[in-house]
Formats: sequence, C-alpha cells, structure tokens
Amino acid sequence: MTETLTVRIWRGKAEGRFESYEVPARANQTVLDVVTEVQRSLEPALAYRFACRVGVCGSCAMTVNGRPRWTCRTHVRRLGGEGTLTLEPLRNLPHIKDLVSDLTPFFEKWHKAGGRFAGTAGRQDPPQRVDPQSASRLAASAAIECINCAVCYSACDVVAWDQDYLGPAALNRAWTLVNDARHGAREETLDRAFAAGGCASCHSQGNCTRHCPVELSPSQSIAGLKRSTLFGPPKVGEPG
Amino acid sequence: MQPLRSHESYLAFLGHRLSGLALAVFLPFHFLALGLALEGAERLDGFLAFAELPLVKVAEWGLVTLLTLHLCFGIRVLALEFLRWPFPSDPRLRWIFPGAAAAFVVGLVFFVQIA
Ligand code: HEM
Ligand code: SF4
Ligand code: SF4
Ligand code: FES
Repeated sequence: MTETLTVRIWRGKAEGRFESYEVPARANQTVLDVVTEVQRSLEPALAYRFACRVGVCGSCAMTVNGRPRWTCRTHVRRLGGEGTLTLEPLRNLPHIKDLVSDLTPFFEKWHKAGGRFAGTAGRQDPPQRVDPQSASRLAASAAIECINCAVCYSACDVVAWDQDYLGPAALNRAWTLVNDARHGAREETLDRAFAAGGCASCHSQGNCTRHCPVELSPSQSIAGLKRSTLFGPPKVGEPG
Repeated sequence: MQPLRSHESYLAFLGHRLSGLALAVFLPFHFLALGLALEGAERLDGFLAFAELPLVKVAEWGLVTLLTLHLCFGIRVLALEFLRWPFPSDPRLRWIFPGAAAAFVVGLVFFVQIA
C-alpha cells in the first residue's frame, strides 16, 4: 500500500473554499511537485505559478501550512505536517485565482522605493571600478541576491496593517542602491525610502528575515536606512 | 499563535507593544498622584489609601515589570536601529531572553518590597 498525502488547496479568489485532494506520498517530493501532481492528475483547472523549479525565479511562492515559502525548494518531508498540507496564495496581495496572487502592488512599491538602477556610464565608458572590500559594497552584496518572491512582503504584519507601507523587499532593494557607487540617483532613492510609508514604518518584527528563502535580512537593510536618516547616507567606496 | 509569528523577534515586538500600551494607560494615573501630592496632603492621603488596596498593589507590580520589559526591549530596538549589525547578520535575538528575565527579577524585587 502506498502512503498518501492529503492536500487542502484554496480554490477561488478572495471568496472561495478549501478543497481536499489525495496524492501519493513520495520520497524527495517538493510542495511544488505536489501541486503539479494535483493539477495534472486531479484538478486540471487549478491555477498556480512557477517557472525555474530551482529557486531562482521567485515565482512559486505560496502560503504553506500558514507560512509563506518558495514551494520548489520546500520538501514536504521537512515540513512535518503529519501527511497533510494546506496551501493558500500569498497573503497581503490581491488574489487572482486559486494559488496565484497578483504581484502588481509588490512591484509598484519596488519602484516607489526608488528601486530602479540609474546608470551613469555608457557602453563606451570603461567599467567603473568598485572595491569589493569597501564597507558600502559589502553592505550592498549582503542584500543583493533578492529573487523578488514576495515571501517577506507576505510575511510582514506591517504590510498587512498599512496599505501604504513599501515593505521589506522594496526597502531592501533601496538599501542596496544607496550603497552602490554606480547608482546615479542615490539621493532620490534615499529620499523615497525615508518618505511616509518607508523605513520608519518598520517595527523590527523580523517576520521578513525569518522567512526569506535566500536568507537575506531585510530587517538589517531597513535598520541601515533608519540609521541613514540620522547620520546621513553611507559613504560609498571611492571608485578605484 | 500563527506559525508565521511564533519566533523570538515577533514575541519581543508583541511584548514591547503591549507593555507600551499598558504604560500609556497607567501614566495619567501616575501624574494624577503626583498632582494630588502637590495640591495637599488630604487628597493625597485619600489616593494613597486607594493605592494600599491589594488589587492596586498587584497592578503596580505588573506595571513595574512591564516598564522594565519595555525598557529592555526598547533598548534592543534602539540597538538594532542605531548600532552596526554583527556579521553574520543577527537581529540580537540573544538580548530578548535576558530582557524578559530582568523584567521578571525587577518585578519580583518590587513585589517583595511592597508586600
Ligand atoms: C514609561 C513610559 C513609556 C510609555 C508609555 C511607552 C509607550 C510606548 C508605545 C505605546 C510604543 C509603541 C509600540 C509600537 O509601536 O510597537 C512605544 C514604542 C517604543 N518605545 Fe516606549 N514607552 C515608554 C518608555 C520607554 C522607554 C523607557 C524606552 C527605551 C529606553 C522606550 C522605547 C521605545 C521604542 C524604541 C519604541 C519603538 C518600538 C517599535 O518600533 O516597535 N519606551 N513606547
Ligand atoms: S522587520 Fe520590518 S519589514 Fe520585516 S517583517 Fe518586520 S516590520 Fe516588516
Ligand atoms: S528579500 Fe527574500 S523574501 Fe523578500 S522578495 Fe527578496 S528573496 Fe524574497
Ligand atoms: S519556481 Fe522559480 S523559485 Fe520556485
């Protein structure tokens, strides 16, 4: 007899219901594998999102047993849910259908926080030299590997409470640019991160840092922004 | 508690906010007592008699505990925000338990003093 896994999946939009499915429990099964199996063999109309399947693209995040997670790198076995899984779309975002959330507000806030890189050199210019050991580059590098999965955004209670809060990922991004000597709009990014709904709204609850799948610390980046409000922006390493 | 929130940083936030709110409720009464003391002995005596009630004493113990808790957790927040973070990144989780323990001890000493 094969063991089975009971999966409760949210069906619908904001209004909807949980439906239960039974799939075989397998060794080395990720949550994304389970969703795919349900969609292929039991519920063809089930909507969910993924692309890379290897933790790079950030599109497969959903709420798994009450926590936001990247599902392609989350092994069912390690969740310890006693043979059951409960899957919902990411919270703090509008729901489109089933397990799919609308990430538009997430990316809009990314821009609102001044997250777009403004280059200062053209393709004819020599590459700008950045000292990899300078304090500012180390700070930027520590926060740069964000995959835009919105797990932190979904985990943050301040986002849930305050519609206008930019959220951990956008502010984390702003912090990398403020520390980037090549970014041409550092002042502007800093101003935007300081504005209402920016870094000052964070209460250091740490839900973001606790859940970020690539182990970034948006809390730390936001603390860096808060420090800059008093002591001025970080000095970026002089080129060369 | 939702699994999302069951970790040290969130508990510290919750303790800090709830204690902060409790202190905000208490503070007007504290100023009332000080104000009465300035106005004259008679009215203050009345208030102090009220403050001798057992329930009021328990409430005072709670407030001393909460103030210490709020202070310790507040200092952690200020450290997070104004000091450089250690490497590898650590949101000073090790400050949380001692803060709670200090609040407990201060509360205990206070209780022994007034009991
Ligand atoms: C004794 C009277 C005090 C009252 C009535 C009080 C009240 C409060 C309240 C209601 C909050 C809001 C909590 C939140 O937003 O999560 C707060 C936050 C804060 N308090 Fe107090 N507090 C007092 C004393 C202190 C002391 C002595 C310190 C520090 C040494 C302190 C440090 C802080 C800090 C840093 C915050 C920001 C916390 C956050 O962002 O969540 N407070 N306080
Ligand atoms: S540390 Fe700030 S941004 Fe991160 S979850 Fe907490 S409140 Fe949100
Ligand atoms: S900071 Fe982490 S959790 Fe947030 S979007 Fe980036 S990778 Fe995802
Ligand atoms: S599918 Fe790309 S990160 Fe999960």
